[in-house]
Amino acid sequence: MVRRVVVTGVGVLAATGREPEAFINNLIAGRSGIRRIQQFDPSALSVQIAAEIPDYKGTDYFPAKRLDLIDRFTEFGLIAAKQAMESSGLEVADEERPRFGVMMGAGMGGAQTYELGYCSLFAKGATRVHPFTIPKSMHNAATSQICMEYGAQGPSLATSTACSSAGHAIGEAFRHIKFNLADVMLAGGSESPITFGIMRFWESVRVMATGNSDPSHACRPFSGDREGLVIGEGAAVLVLEELERAKRRGAKVYGEIVGYGLSSDAGHITQPTVDGPARAIRMALDEAGTNPEDIDYINAHGTGTRLNDATETQVVKKVFGEHARKLAISSTKSMHGHAMGATAALELAATLLAMDRGVIPPTANYTTPDPECDLDYVPNQAREAPIRAALSNSFAFGGLNAVLLVRKFQ
Amino acid sequence: MDVSQKVMEIIAREQHLDPGVVTIDSTFEQLGIDSLDGVNILFALEEEFKIDIPDAVAQSMKSVQQVVNSLTRVLEGKDISDLVAMAKGETQPAAN
Repeated sequence: MVRRVVVTGVGVLAATGREPEAFINNLIAGRSGIRRIQQFDPSALSVQIAAEIPDYKGTDYFPAKRLDLIDRFTEFGLIAAKQAMESSGLEVADEERPRFGVMMGAGMGGAQTYELGYCSLFAKGATRVHPFTIPKSMHNAATSQICMEYGAQGPSLATSTACSSAGHAIGEAFRHIKFNLADVMLAGGSESPITFGIMRFWESVRVMATGNSDPSHACRPFSGDREGLVIGEGAAVLVLEELERAKRRGAKVYGEIVGYGLSSDAGHITQPTVDGPARAIRMALDEAGTNPEDIDYINAHGTGTRLNDATETQVVKKVFGEHARKLAISSTKSMHGHAMGATAALELAATLLAMDRGVIPPTANYTTPDPECDLDYVPNQAREAPIRAALSNSFAFGGLNAVLLVRKFQ
Repeated sequence: MDVSQKVMEIIAREQHLDPGVVTIDSTFEQLGIDSLDGVNILFALEEEFKIDIPDAVAQSMKSVQQVVNSLTRVLEGKDISDLVAMAKGETQPAAN
C-alpha cells in the first residue's frame, strides 16, 4: 500500500534565522549569516569565520539542569523539533505513538562533548570524564531526546552520511510513511560543528573560503572567484504526515514529498563524480513520475568549492539536457553556510518555504561568471516565480548522494 | 575541612538548587535526585576530593548523611569493605 506524504510543520534554527519566518526572509533578502566566529576566540585559526546562530544561548531555551545532559547539537535539534510540532499543531494520541517516529541526520554528532572529553584525557591527564559524555556525544542523541520529548515510539534512527545526513533522514522518514510503516514523522538534522578542533580539521582539507576580512561575502557558490565552503551550524526539523491524516485535521500543507533518490559515486573519497549524483536525481524523478521539464527550481548542494559547483553544473546538464538552461538553481549555503549533517534539512525547509511563497531565494555573493558554471543560479536577487516542483540536492564527501523531490500540493 | 559543608555545596550546585535547600537531613528523594543525577553528583564529589568511590557504595547512597558518612571514611583512609558488602546486600546494616 502506497500513501502520499506531506509536510505540515517546519522548525529552523540557523545563521540566517532562529525560526522559519526570519530564516526565509533573510534568504530572500540575500542576507548572509556568515560572520567572525563568536562562540570561542578564533584568532589562532587560519579560517576565523563561520555561519553561527546569532547570539545563541542554551539557557534561553532550556533549564540549566537539562543542559547538563545534552550536547549543543541536541539543543538545536530539540529547538527545531519544538517549532515544527508547534507550527503543525500536531497531536499524537497514545495509541498512535508506535506509528510516530523521529529520524535525524548528524554528521559530527556531539562534537563539543567529544572535544572536551578528549581534552580532559589527553591534555589534562584526567583518568575519567563526565559520566554523561557518552549519552551526550553519541550521534543518535538528538533523535533519542526528541523521541523522549514527544513520546515517539515508532520507527526512529539517526543517519550519518556527512553533508547528506539530513537528506537521508528525511528520505527514510518519507519512505516509512509512504509504505505504511508510520503515519507521522519528525525528520531533519542538527549539527554544532564549530569547535576549535573541527575547524582545524577542516583547515587541513583546504576547501574552506578564507574571507576573514569580509565574512558575509566569503561564500560564493558558482561564482568565478569562489574560494570554498564556510562551515555552519543549526538544525531544521519537518513534520512529515500521511496525507489523509493531515486532511482530516485541516493541517496546513507546505508541500508534498514525492521522490527520494540516493546513490553512491564509488569514485573518490572527497571528489564528486557526475554519474553518482545524476543517478540519485533520476531515481527521485522516477519515483515521483515527474518529467525533468516539470522541475522549476533546484536548491543546489552548491558548497562554493571550485570542484563541487563545476561538477554539479555538469550533473544538472546531464539529467536535464536543454531544460537545464530554463530551470532556476540557487545555493542557500551562500548565506546559511554548510551546516554539515543539518544542511540538507535547512535546504529542504528553504525550498518548501520558497515554494509556499512563490519566491526563489538567490545565490548570494555572485560576482563573476565562470564558463564552467553557465546556468541560471538566480544571482544576488530573489525571484518571484511559481515553483511547481523542486529538487534539493546533497552530494556528500565519500560520494553518498541524497536528493529530495517536493511538489506544490494540489 | 568540613566534609558535610562541602558535600551540601556540591549537591546544591550540581542540582542547580539554592544552597539553603540542601541540609544534612535531606534525602535524595526530597531533593528530586534520581539515579542519573546521583551519577553526576558522584563524579563531582570524586573530582573535588580526588578519590574513587566504589560503584556499589555510590549506588547505595540515598541521603546527604549517607554521602557524608561514606566520604568521611574514605578520606580518613578507613576500610569501607563493610559499606560495600552492605550495599551489595551481603550483610545487615549495623543497628544505630
